[in-house]
Amino acid sequence: MTAAASTVITQRVPFRDRPLGKAIAEYCESRSAVIAFFVTLLIILSALLASQLSPQNPYDLSKLDILDGTLKPMSKSLSGSVYLLGTDEQGRDMLSAILYGLRISLSVGVASTVIAFVLGTSLGLVAAYRGGRFETILMRAVDLQLSFPALLIALILLVVMGQGVDKITLALVLVNWAYFARAARGASLAERNKDYIEAARALRLSDARIIFRHLLPNVMPSLIVIATTTVARAISTEATLSFLGIGLPITEPSLGLLISNGFRYLLSGKYWISFFPGIALVVTIIAINLMGDRLRDVLNPRLKK
Amino acid sequence: MRGDLGKSFKFNESALELIKQRIPATLELAFAALFLTILIGIPLGLYSGFRPNAVSSKLIMGFSAFGFSVPSFWLGLMMVLLFAVFLGWLPASGRGETVTVLGIPMSFLTWDGLKHMILPTINLAAFKLSLIIRLTRAGTQEVIISDYVKYAKAKGLRNSRIVLVHVLKNTLIPITTVLGMEFGRTIAFAVVTESIFAWPGMGKLLIDSISVLDRPVIVAYLMVIVVMFITINLIVDLIYPALDPRVRLEEQR
Repeated sequence: MTAAASTVITQRVPFRDRPLGKAIAEYCESRSAVIAFFVTLLIILSALLASQLSPQNPYDLSKLDILDGTLKPMSKSLSGSVYLLGTDEQGRDMLSAILYGLRISLSVGVASTVIAFVLGTSLGLVAAYRGGRFETILMRAVDLQLSFPALLIALILLVVMGQGVDKITLALVLVNWAYFARAARGASLAERNKDYIEAARALRLSDARIIFRHLLPNVMPSLIVIATTTVARAISTEATLSFLGIGLPITEPSLGLLISNGFRYLLSGKYWISFFPGIALVVTIIAINLMGDRLRDVLNPRLKK
Repeated sequence: MRGDLGKSFKFNESALELIKQRIPATLELAFAALFLTILIGIPLGLYSGFRPNAVSSKLIMGFSAFGFSVPSFWLGLMMVLLFAVFLGWLPASGRGETVTVLGIPMSFLTWDGLKHMILPTINLAAFKLSLIIRLTRAGTQEVIISDYVKYAKAKGLRNSRIVLVHVLKNTLIPITTVLGMEFGRTIAFAVVTESIFAWPGMGKLLIDSISVLDRPVIVAYLMVIVVMFITINLIVDLIYPALDPRVRLEEQR
């Protein structure tokens, strides 16, 4: 099918003039944001392909050689291969450990954000649409939760629940849903009284349909921005908790746990065990935050003239 | 209801008493971090708000973006690595020599104690500093285009007076709110900083208690921290009308 034919048939608006195309074009105006996008993509890919990319399976104990323990970066192993980023005390290749750790850190960050997004947004939308006692109770709960630091709440929850990927994900959901609920309610309060909602009501559409097909798409932009920064914050919180020894168990080593392991060797100058996982963590968080910043500029209607 | 939170399993002492002994160390660190934030963050924010396009402002904002993203515990480790292990300038753990003032041991009054305080304080202040720089900058940029600043300039007031009275006073309102909330966060994040630098405050006590499941101490810590939070929020609410006459007027109506 030719381009000319499709214009005749459907009178399609070119992609770059549609809202999504415009937003993408505007996003790409910032060079650092584009770099951040590709860095994030690279990190996600390398986390997904960890088992293909890493020179060694860091958790197959038969592949580790204890004689290669705490080797410096770029040093040669007994079998002749090179450890690019050095090894930890058990002779584990740090590069492989980081790739596998990235996978755990990212999946905890993304999974907890997605669940918190769905939960918080639904509650916030319903609260704004319905109002009344449900709204009051929900918003008081949000206020209560947001007046305490996330780290403290997650820490207490984990002390009660114990360690594990599922538990830390749950703790992060319980910490982060309030941000989505507040933002979703705030954005929908402004939308609630607009004409298109009234039109939908006049058509006798069901409440669920109005909330999720009419209200939700219009509050989505600000929620996407929050979701982006929440992923970064969740990864950082998880790393902090794991560093403190209350996040993930030793069998599921995220980046925070790798850094925590290296802490013991730090004072004797063996920096690489903590340093490189930290660099991976920081690059991930900065890249996601830069994307979030740019998305905020692009999607925020208040900043548009 | 007797307010008795039980004895610590580990120390066989009253849990509340243990926390009480550790509070001064944490508060000392938290106040030092707050002081550093205000002392450095507000001037830097003002500067980069006045000259948003200067190279130095861009550097400041770059630093702020970095401090915003870097997890505090990793920053602490890297400072230990650089200043304690490689350079050997500053000690990496403990409180150092203390002086007892009114029965409370204080680190900042001795040279040795001060040296022990530098790294933990910077570590604890880093995030707040980035936040305050951004806030002050945004506030300044909002205020300098306002009519009353233009008028003050037209009257020929000295620059220092414009900055201190007209700009700073108006940007100070959101900063106070955020600083109040941040002070609570500081005490929470002291858990991280104290574990890295082996600072004997209540955050370190909490982590140690968690690792040996010393439940009375954990509960006592929670009670104390909740009371502290409520007190801090109350103080912020009380400072607010003192800074912003508009809030005062609304209340009288």
